Amino acid sequence: MRRIPWTLLVFAAAFAIPWLGSRFYTFIATDVAILALFALSLNLLLGYTGLVSFGHAAYFGIGAYTSAIFMKTLGLPFWLGFPAAGVAAGLFALVFGCFCVRLTKIYFAMLTLAFAQIVWAICFKWNAVTGGEQGMPNVPYPDLDWIGAIPGLDGFRVGDRFYFLTLVLVALAIVALRRIVHSPFGRVLAVIRENPERAEFIGIDVRRYQLAAFAVAGVFAGLAGALFGIFNRGVFPDFAYWTKSAEVLIMTILGGMGHFWGPAVGAAALTILNLQITAYTQYWPLILGTILIVLLFAFPGGLVGTSVDLFRRVRRGRDAGRP
Amino acid sequence: MLDVRDLKKSFAGFLAVSDVSFSLPPRAVMAIIGPNGAGKSTLFNLITGHIVPTAGQVLHKGADITGAAPHRICRRGIGRSFQHTNIFPRLTVFECIQAAYIAHHRRGTDFWGRADRLYRDETMALLERLGLADKADELAGALSHGNQKQIELGIALASDPDILLLDEPTAGMSASETRETIQLLRAIAEERGLTLLFTEHDMEVVFQVAERIGVLHQGRLIAEGPPADIRADAEVRRVYLGGH
Amino acid sequence: MPEPSFLFGQFLSGLTASMFLFVTAVGLSLIFGVLRVLNFAHGSLYMLGAYLAWQIMAWLGPGPEHFWPAALGAAVVVAIVGAAIERVMFRHLYDREELYQLLFTYALVLVIADIVKILWGTQQLSVSRPVSLSGGTTIFGTLVPHYNIFIIMLGPAIAFGLWLLLHRSRAGRVIRAAVLDREMLGALGANVGWLYTGMFAVGAFLAGLGGALVTPVKTIVPGMDVEVIVEVFIIVVIGGLGSLWGTFLGAIIFGQVLSFGILLMPRFSIFSVFALMAIILIVRPWGLLGKRLTR
Repeated sequence: MRRIPWTLLVFAAAFAIPWLGSRFYTFIATDVAILALFALSLNLLLGYTGLVSFGHAAYFGIGAYTSAIFMKTLGLPFWLGFPAAGVAAGLFALVFGCFCVRLTKIYFAMLTLAFAQIVWAICFKWNAVTGGEQGMPNVPYPDLDWIGAIPGLDGFRVGDRFYFLTLVLVALAIVALRRIVHSPFGRVLAVIRENPERAEFIGIDVRRYQLAAFAVAGVFAGLAGALFGIFNRGVFPDFAYWTKSAEVLIMTILGGMGHFWGPAVGAAALTILNLQITAYTQYWPLILGTILIVLLFAFPGGLVGTSVDLFRRVRRGRDAGRP
Repeated sequence: MLDVRDLKKSFAGFLAVSDVSFSLPPRAVMAIIGPNGAGKSTLFNLITGHIVPTAGQVLHKGADITGAAPHRICRRGIGRSFQHTNIFPRLTVFECIQAAYIAHHRRGTDFWGRADRLYRDETMALLERLGLADKADELAGALSHGNQKQIELGIALASDPDILLLDEPTAGMSASETRETIQLLRAIAEERGLTLLFTEHDMEVVFQVAERIGVLHQGRLIAEGPPADIRADAEVRRVYLGGH
Repeated sequence: MPEPSFLFGQFLSGLTASMFLFVTAVGLSLIFGVLRVLNFAHGSLYMLGAYLAWQIMAWLGPGPEHFWPAALGAAVVVAIVGAAIERVMFRHLYDREELYQLLFTYALVLVIADIVKILWGTQQLSVSRPVSLSGGTTIFGTLVPHYNIFIIMLGPAIAFGLWLLLHRSRAGRVIRAAVLDREMLGALGANVGWLYTGMFAVGAFLAGLGGALVTPVKTIVPGMDVEVIVEVFIIVVIGGLGSLWGTFLGAIIFGQVLSFGILLMPRFSIFSVFALMAIILIVRPWGLLGKRLTR
């Protein structure tokens, strides 16, 4: 039996969403796509390198502010602002990471959190550049007329056009991430995750690789942040707040950090669940907290990890039943 | 090949290793023996850079490597296995060895290639040599203790070392596993022209394999020489070998 | 150069803030010392303490004379809640990776925040100062409320009390051994399970007490949990997680940096404490008075 090209099917289905004609569906799909990239970038650290970063929102925020400053304050086009967001977030991750990778475990988590809070404090207070507490509302959409000029894509609303752009950029970023985790570099990260002490003694400079992973994760978080700022029609200090870092961790765990697509599934599940539940009750945090507790105790593999296990068990059971 | 000079390490005033000196010529096979807590593992950790010595020197092929970072020492050609099995449990056996080749050839900086296509032949050949080829696709952490020890040896060998430091390579193995492992080690050392330095609790193995033996007692090297001399040494008999 | 009396006033207000926070922070620090987990829900227990103090006062009837029983009662209830959380749930996570423990405490933050909203709504609540401490005294030209003087003295008293507990009792010896080396505990043959529960209860008691004590000077609002956890987090990181006097020192530094930072750079005083925390983590990750952990 040939393998089903799931990734292509999902991409095609996602691409078709604007044809449903619902502004709401496009809105959710854009949100999910961007947050999926954010969560996948975190999983490069969490699931692939074994680093628990509790400050990943910092790089998301830096990316968002960088592109907002480029596009709104400086009036530069998206095609400059978007890569600049990745570069800026990556550079900050590189600098902060230098200090963070010297620490291990809980201290690493705390220092990443501390740096993220510094970024938040700067965004919150530096009125002249970041707009302070009020943030930077009305970040302009990029020029999307050319998308309307593509045959078959004419006649869509600006939100739909931005969704097409987002989807393609996110897909490209995910392809790149996937390539990276399967590269020799990615294999070295896996070795470090499994056993940093032993990794040193096959000639790996553990800290340097951890730093590289931290910077790469920062770049992709920054790109996600840039898209989110535009999608959200503004960037705010909350983007870098520690609760945001916790949120992306929850997405990653919910989907399952042991699988490449886990965090993306987690991002989708959490976003859709959030919308469903907030329609009925204002106590979304209570429900989220409860879900998280159940998850941590009963399904540490997350949605994807648990279903893969279940699937394997069912298949093994079926195979065992055969003569 | 390896020279250890007046090596000393104290932890908060307690001398774990004190004034240990010995040298290993190329292709030598030397065993370090001594009771538990004599400082064998500490000595290994000092040589491989996991612990920085308080005083003394470690020379590899004449170059001073005292206190260098472990990954640098490894890259110079000093391989090591650990007393407690120390592998990559959630990788397959194949991936463990392959990763060691990738690290050794410094291909880890490649962000874009495909890891699974690298060093397949080398990895398979090494697995065959170790008798692990049929387990290549199993998760390393799911294998038996003896197999994990073999994987660890494989990881060390993939770095193409000229010296191999083995900390209790047969710990926890049955008598037959021990015999097989020792035979394998000797054969590989012979083929590759390796220098071996190992610790071992099984005296039979030690006296059968080692060309030279060093006896550590309370951090000091109280005797060093060919097996016959060690067997005859009065102090060694008194503190360690007993009625052997 | 501002007037000395103004500077003194600034110093005192910083010190008051320090001691308020110390009560809560030292609980967080002790829990980390023994259990090696950063309890994000500590701020939630603090908030719970504040709301419970208000609630108990409401039950006891009008009049500020009920403040003391209310504050103590609130702290005790929070201690019981803390012990229950440890006994029923948290203990099953000890052998898991720290990520799971961190996220569990974060889940508690979410749950407790909403439970508080369900029980007490979202409007601001307030508690009046206890009658015995309602006045004030002028020191160096600054009017200092008696309640603030009480808090400034209470901080060191709690620190000293905890020091006695840790250094003059058998349980304290076991706790200190646990701070240094968890493996040793098994060897001591101590009843580790109850020790952990006890530590969690003491930590929660201090969080609840901190929350209850702050009610006469701060309005009780949802969101005070997240605000305070950030502050006590900075304090324990500066002083040293797991260190009693380190937390004390951290609280004093935090209060003064914030208090004088506002004078020097009005806009960036919050930034300055974060920067201080980052510098400490870079130079001495185990904090000013903390001990380097072996594992």
